[in-house]
Amino acid sequence: MLEIDVARRQGDFSLDVAFTAGSGVTALFGRSGSGKTSLINMVAGLSRPDRGRIVVDGKVLFDSQSGLDLPPEARRLGYVFQEHRLFPHLSVRDNLWFGTKRLPVAERRVSLDHVVSVLGIGHLLDRRPTGLSGGEKQRVAIGRALLASPRILLMDEPLASLDAARKSELLPFIAGLSRQFDIPIVYVSHSMEEVLRLADTLALIDAGRLVAIGPVEDLLSSPAYAPLTGHGEAGSVLAATLSADEAEFSISTLSFPGGTLKVGRIASPPGSPVRVRIHAHDVAIALFPPVGLSVRNQLPAIVRSVTPIDSYLTDVMLDCGGCPLWSRITTEAQSELSLKPGMAVTALIKSLTIARGDVADRSDILPG
Amino acid sequence: MSLWFTLTPLEREALSLSLLVSGWAVVGSLPFGILAAWVLARRDFPGKSLFDGLIHLPLVLPPVVVGYALLVLFGRKGIIGGWLYDWFGITLAFTWKGAAIASAVVAFPLMVRAIRMALEGVDRGLEQAARTLGCGPIRTFFSVTMPLAMPGVLAGVILAFARSLSEFGATITFVSNIPGETRTLPIALYALTQVPGTDDAALRLCIISVVVAFAALLASEILARRMRARMEG
Repeated sequence: MLEIDVARRQGDFSLDVAFTAGSGVTALFGRSGSGKTSLINMVAGLSRPDRGRIVVDGKVLFDSQSGLDLPPEARRLGYVFQEHRLFPHLSVRDNLWFGTKRLPVAERRVSLDHVVSVLGIGHLLDRRPTGLSGGEKQRVAIGRALLASPRILLMDEPLASLDAARKSELLPFIAGLSRQFDIPIVYVSHSMEEVLRLADTLALIDAGRLVAIGPVEDLLSSPAYAPLTGHGEAGSVLAATLSADEAEFSISTLSFPGGTLKVGRIASPPGSPVRVRIHAHDVAIALFPPVGLSVRNQLPAIVRSVTPIDSYLTDVMLDCGGCPLWSRITTEAQSELSLKPGMAVTALIKSLTIARGDVADRSDILPG
Repeated sequence: MSLWFTLTPLEREALSLSLLVSGWAVVGSLPFGILAAWVLARRDFPGKSLFDGLIHLPLVLPPVVVGYALLVLFGRKGIIGGWLYDWFGITLAFTWKGAAIASAVVAFPLMVRAIRMALEGVDRGLEQAARTLGCGPIRTFFSVTMPLAMPGVLAGVILAFARSLSEFGATITFVSNIPGETRTLPIALYALTQVPGTDDAALRLCIISVVVAFAALLASEILARRMRARMEG
C-alpha cells in the first residue's frame, strides 16, 4: 500500500497531492504536464518534495518533518520508465539480473523463470537490447523491475512510446502483472483505453492537484469529471460479463445488473469480465417500451436526476438495476417528455455506438 | 627477423624508456583524470570555471613553463620535492619518474576533455534506472556510467598516451637529457639533430616515432569499434 502526501513548487507549477493506493492497479490519469510523472518520481526518490510524507507498506520512505529521505536504491520500488532505459552494454539476461543480484537471496521473491515465462522473453535472453523491438524492450524493462522484488511497481506511460500495434501486443502482458506477481501497480497514463483495460482505481490529477480518486466505474460514470476523463464527453462505465456469442451476426451479449447489452463481437470466451463505456449522447430515452425498433438495447430504467446544462443540452441520470447510466438529450426533448426523478423509462442504446475501444476485456486482470 | 633486433641499443633504450614513461604517465593520471572529468561533467560549485581553467592550463602554456614550474615544485629543494625527499627519499627531478610526471601534466587536459565529453554523453536516465534497481551512486558509476563512457575514456587514454610520447619541452626542462634515465624518443632525436652527420640515425628515430604513434591510434580504433559492436550486437 502506498500512502503519499507531498507538495513541491517548481517555477510556476505547484504540485500538492495526497492519496492512498491499495492493491491492484491504480491509474494516475491526467493531461500531460499535470504532474503525474513528477509524483511517481517523488515516490521513487528521483525527485524530492518540498514537504510531505511517503509511506509504502508501513515503511516511511520520505518524511520532511523528521528529515528522512531514503535514496532510490533503498526504497525497493520497481520503476518502468516511458522509454525502456535498458542498459545497452549488458545482455537481456544481465539487464534482468541487474536488480536481483544486488538483493540478499532471502529477499528475492520473484524468480527469473516466472518473469521470463509470463513476459515471453525467453528467446531474447542472450541478445543485446539494441536489437529488440520497442515492445520487446519494454517487456524486458518490466521484467527487470519485477526481478528486483519491489514493494510496488511504478509504471510511467510504458506504452506511450510505442505504435498502436506494439501497444496492443504489450497490453495483455501488463494486464496480468498485478495478479500474477501479487504486487500493487501505480500506472501513469493519459489514455482512457488503457485505464479502462488495466485500472481498478482511478486517481484524476489536474494541474498538480488530485481531483478525485475512486473505483474506475464510479469516477468515469460521474459527469463532474467528464471534462478531465473523456475529452468533454460525459458517459458511464459499466462492469459486465460476456454471456453469449452470436457468431452468425457477429454480436456479443454482455450481462450486467441492469440487463443485457448487445455489442459488436468481442473475441473473448463467455464468462469474461468486461468493462463497457457508454457515451451519454448515445443513450436515448423512451417513456414507453417502443416496438419495431432497430435499436438492439432497450433497458428498463428509473430517472434519478435531470440536470439542464444550457438551453440546448440536458443530462439525465438513469438507474439501470443499480448502475448509473447517463443520457444526454436536448433540452427541447426534455421539455416535451417532462422527465422527473422516479419515473420509469426505457433507455435505448444502439449496439453500433459502442465502439471496440469502449469495451475492455478484463479477464486477464480479474478472475472470471 | 623482427624489427626489434634491427634497432640499435640507443634506439631500443629510447623507445622502451618512452613507452615506460608514457605508460606510467597515463596509468598514474587516469584515476585523477576520471575524477576531474566527473567533477566537471556532473558537479556545480563556485569556482568551477577556475578549476576548469587550471586543468586546461598545461594545454595553452609553453611546455617549458610547465617544466620549470615542476622543477620549482618537485625539485629536491622544491616545496613538494623537498618534502618527498626528506620523508620518503624520493627524487623526481632528473629521473624517469619525473619524466612521467611531466608527461602526465602536459597530457592531462586532453585526457580530461575526452573523458568529460564521454561522461556528459551518458544518459542520466540509465543511471536513475540503476538507482531504482538498488545500486548506490558509486556502484552505479562503476556498473553503468563507466562502461557506457568507456569508448570516450579509451580515446582519452590514447590521446594522452600519444601526447606523452611526443612530450619534449617540459621533460627536458624538468628532467634534462640523461641517457637510460630520461632520454626518451623526442629527446634522443633532438640530441641527434644537434650533432652533425647523424641524419640517418635521426630519420630512423622519426620513423620509430611515427610507427609507435600510429600503432597506438590503430589499437584505439580497433578497441573502440569492438566496444561499439558489443553494444549494438
